[in-house]
Amino acid sequence: MNPADLRYDKEHEWVRVEGDTATIGISDFAQDQLGEVVYVDLPSVGDELAAGETFGEIESVKSVSELFAPLSGTILEINDELGTSPESINSDPYGAGWMVKLTLSDAGQLESLMSADEYESFVANEA
Amino acid sequence: MTEGLSRTPLYEEHLALGARMVPFAGFEMPVQYAGIIDEHRAVRSSAGIFDVCHMAEFRVFGFEAFDALQRIVSNDLHKIDEMGKAVYTVMCDETGGIIDDLIVYHTGDLEYLIIANASNRAVDAAWIAAHLPEEVEFVDESDRTGLIAFQGPEAVRIITELTGEEPPARFRIAEARLDGSIPVLLARTGYTGEDGVEILCATSDAPAVWKLLLSYPEIAPCGLGARDTLRLEMGYPLHGTDMDRSIDPISAGLSWVVSLKKGEFIGSDVLAKIKEAGPERRLVGLTVSEGVPRHGYPVLHEGVEVGTVASGTFSPTLEHGIATAYIPSALAEPGTCLEIVVRRKTVSAVVTRPPFVTATSLSA
Repeated sequence: MNPADLRYDKEHEWVRVEGDTATIGISDFAQDQLGEVVYVDLPSVGDELAAGETFGEIESVKSVSELFAPLSGTILEINDELGTSPESINSDPYGAGWMVKLTLSDAGQLESLMSADEYESFVANEA
Repeated sequence: MTEGLSRTPLYEEHLALGARMVPFAGFEMPVQYAGIIDEHRAVRSSAGIFDVCHMAEFRVFGFEAFDALQRIVSNDLHKIDEMGKAVYTVMCDETGGIIDDLIVYHTGDLEYLIIANASNRAVDAAWIAAHLPEEVEFVDESDRTGLIAFQGPEAVRIITELTGEEPPARFRIAEARLDGSIPVLLARTGYTGEDGVEILCATSDAPAVWKLLLSYPEIAPCGLGARDTLRLEMGYPLHGTDMDRSIDPISAGLSWVVSLKKGEFIGSDVLAKIKEAGPERRLVGLTVSEGVPRHGYPVLHEGVEVGTVASGTFSPTLEHGIATAYIPSALAEPGTCLEIVVRRKTVSAVVTRPPFVTATSLSA
């Protein structure tokens, strides 16, 4: 259910690492909890993110959630499609619903992220 | 979360459908099933049903019933002299503050049915009962009455099929039997802007009515989330959010249900003065350029705060934010440009006269 090749954090975000680039999105559990996404507020290319700090917001009809950076780095790319189709976060959270790509500043931070199995246990205990 | 909360007769049905439950007016209610936007769109394009069993129903009976109610509510009950007719009204206290908004149905000779907000059941019952002469009977029927709202362009066709006859005309109520067996009252009223009926039944029959309706694939179960987005698209006020006891109906945009010429009613003298002078602040609709306006967000005019958002949401039909807010009457002209502070951003908002959505099965 949660792709095995990704890493996850406690804020229900996933990370796909390719070299020193990380792609970030929110998990299937998170999109289900949120409901249909209507707006996503993302940073701009070139912005610096610090792990643990908020980098944006994601809104559904009934709620607003902050997005927390799972890793530190510089924003390389943001998913512009989300401006017109925020609902792809719901329909394809691990694919078309990706939010930002970062150039990692500290690959060591990956160690503290969870594997798919660890994340599944984490969700099971939280729910 | 479930401590001390009541459940409607449809509680198990909601769980079986995988509804997300939330506390509302002392009840555990479904906020959504498939999702607010999906449910909203189902009502606008096909049909949806809502569990509103938590709402209050009161029966008032007696020779003096008409005269007594005429002094309690703001609208003119002569509008429902004809048997079976219904009228939307507010009920004010002596200061002109809105205790609740409700619908009064003329259900029988010397008899009226009142449907009121779940959140105000106790206050309404106490107020009405206290203002009725002894000879007029007041019965709180809420516990033994189930209420399911059935709304959407397909609703009237389906209810005709289920009862074997056309439902009553708009803003009327009549007896019927569903599927040849379940006795109900059908009220051609609603809170969505779509055509349809509100179905009253015995509490014990509510699950059967619900299941019967869900046997139609065109009908989606809908929760409180969609109920809110639907009514806000129409500009229908919600007591507790768009108005409360501290607000008069003139300021709340409800002059149209205040009949000052019918004679005195509780609060009429205060309302007459407000109408004469013009209210200082008015409830207006706001169309938002980006982001979702939410209750409490500041409303600005040229950088100065002039109000706060009362109701706010994302309109699934229009695909942008809509809201209501009390602002100075001088700024209440449709087209006036204001701003709303949405957390860290300030977005533009234009004063709009509701309804925000005009193409519905009711307006057709």
